[in-house]
Amino acid sequence: MLSDSELKVRKIKDGTVIDHIPAGNALAVLKILNITGREGHTVSIVMNVSSKRLGLKDIVKIEGRELKPDEVNKIALIAPNATINIVRNYQVVEKKSVTLPSEIYDILSCPNPMCVTNANEPVTPRFYVDSESPLRLRCHYCGWFLEREDVLKQI
Amino acid sequence: MISIRDFSREELEYIFDVADEMESIYRSGTDVLRGKILASLFFEPSTRTRLSFETAMIKLGGGVVGFAEPDISSVKKGENLADTVRVVESYADVIVLRHPLEGAARLAAEYVNIPVINAGSGAEEHPTQALLDIYTIRRELGRVDSLNIGILGDLRYGRTVHSLCIGLTNYDVKLFLISPELLRLRREFLEEVKKKVEVVETDRLERVIDKLDVLYVTRIQKERFADLAEYEKVRGAYRVDLDILQRAKESLIVMHPLPRVEEIDPEVDYTPHARYFDQVRYGVLVRMSLLKLILSG
Ligand SMILES: [Zn+2]
Repeated sequence: MLSDSELKVRKIKDGTVIDHIPAGNALAVLKILNITGREGHTVSIVMNVSSKRLGLKDIVKIEGRELKPDEVNKIALIAPNATINIVRNYQVVEKKSVTLPSEIYDILSCPNPMCVTNANEPVTPRFYVDSESPLRLRCHYCGWFLEREDVLKQI
Repeated sequence: MISIRDFSREELEYIFDVADEMESIYRSGTDVLRGKILASLFFEPSTRTRLSFETAMIKLGGGVVGFAEPDISSVKKGENLADTVRVVESYADVIVLRHPLEGAARLAAEYVNIPVINAGSGAEEHPTQALLDIYTIRRELGRVDSLNIGILGDLRYGRTVHSLCIGLTNYDVKLFLISPELLRLRREFLEEVKKKVEVVETDRLERVIDKLDVLYVTRIQKERFADLAEYEKVRGAYRVDLDILQRAKESLIVMHPLPRVEEIDPEVDYTPHARYFDQVRYGVLVRMSLLKLILSG
């Protein structure tokens, strides 16, 4: 039997399904994954479908691309309960939850205006995960803390 | 040497032991660091800290190059810090860096293979000041453990306060944080300190003055207050004078990172409590100790 969400968006043959994204965060997840739609893959987004676990949730399906744990894990910043389903020939062959890496690169910048990473220096901002829940990150350079709201503001 | 957090208690004590040995060299000079060059890169002015490092290096027989005026340096031409330190690396054996941006010393250290000493970056860190402050306590009172240490004034923005608090968490002390509401230690920072030592927060010095072994005074800057009337109120309440010291222990020592403006009455200078000018000498000893340990093992 097809579930409600599957009726709205068809099953995919090969690729990745990211499930259990907090409602309204599907676009942010794509942004973190750096998927713009210009890569040529078919990308389906379902927003605000009902879920036993989350009440409402979003789902993202990316056809023809299997995402690796390394690239997916950083979505734990905004979707800590997301599950990653790798689909081959209509079958889920692998199902994983996301785990936040201990260090975050690339996607965030430091909210401290006096931080050296916000000046004209050839440096990538780097953050340590101090606490996952509640989310708290610490800038490697200046030591400032980022909380969930600071992260959401940037994505 | 980027953050006071990088030091264990054993390492602090070792630096202080070597600083004790520097006392005689401080008077006579030595040449253990002959041929070594210290580059002092001061992207914002801090004459005291710069003179202290340069004196320490010269007493040890080494040489000093550098700049103290940001507008004559390469910064004005748009060169970034990462490039500046890589150029200086070819001239010097150690870099002493003072910079307005937070995290600047850590960044600099990632770009060069010579040691970088943080002489103050942004508002958060001033690790060698913390070293000399703790060394002053150890020298003057013979120990740091089991003391009641009061820190008075601007605990929120005061650059030296953060490093000092973290440094003191290596010891078994009780901290009395005395400041107006507006200038209290940042919450997450306070939590970190409270995990290691007992902390009492108050806005009234007179409530705790009789308990203190050390009173560390910092300046409250007018710019921190939106309301000038509020500043005027605070200014009087956080001033240390002979009156308030009458209630203090006879052995209390009063410290200050200098420059002092009016938060300590000049009359206090002539009491046995005053130690702020001794701190300056201890600062040279501690920096001699650091430079010797870094450059000659
Ligand atoms: Zn930062």
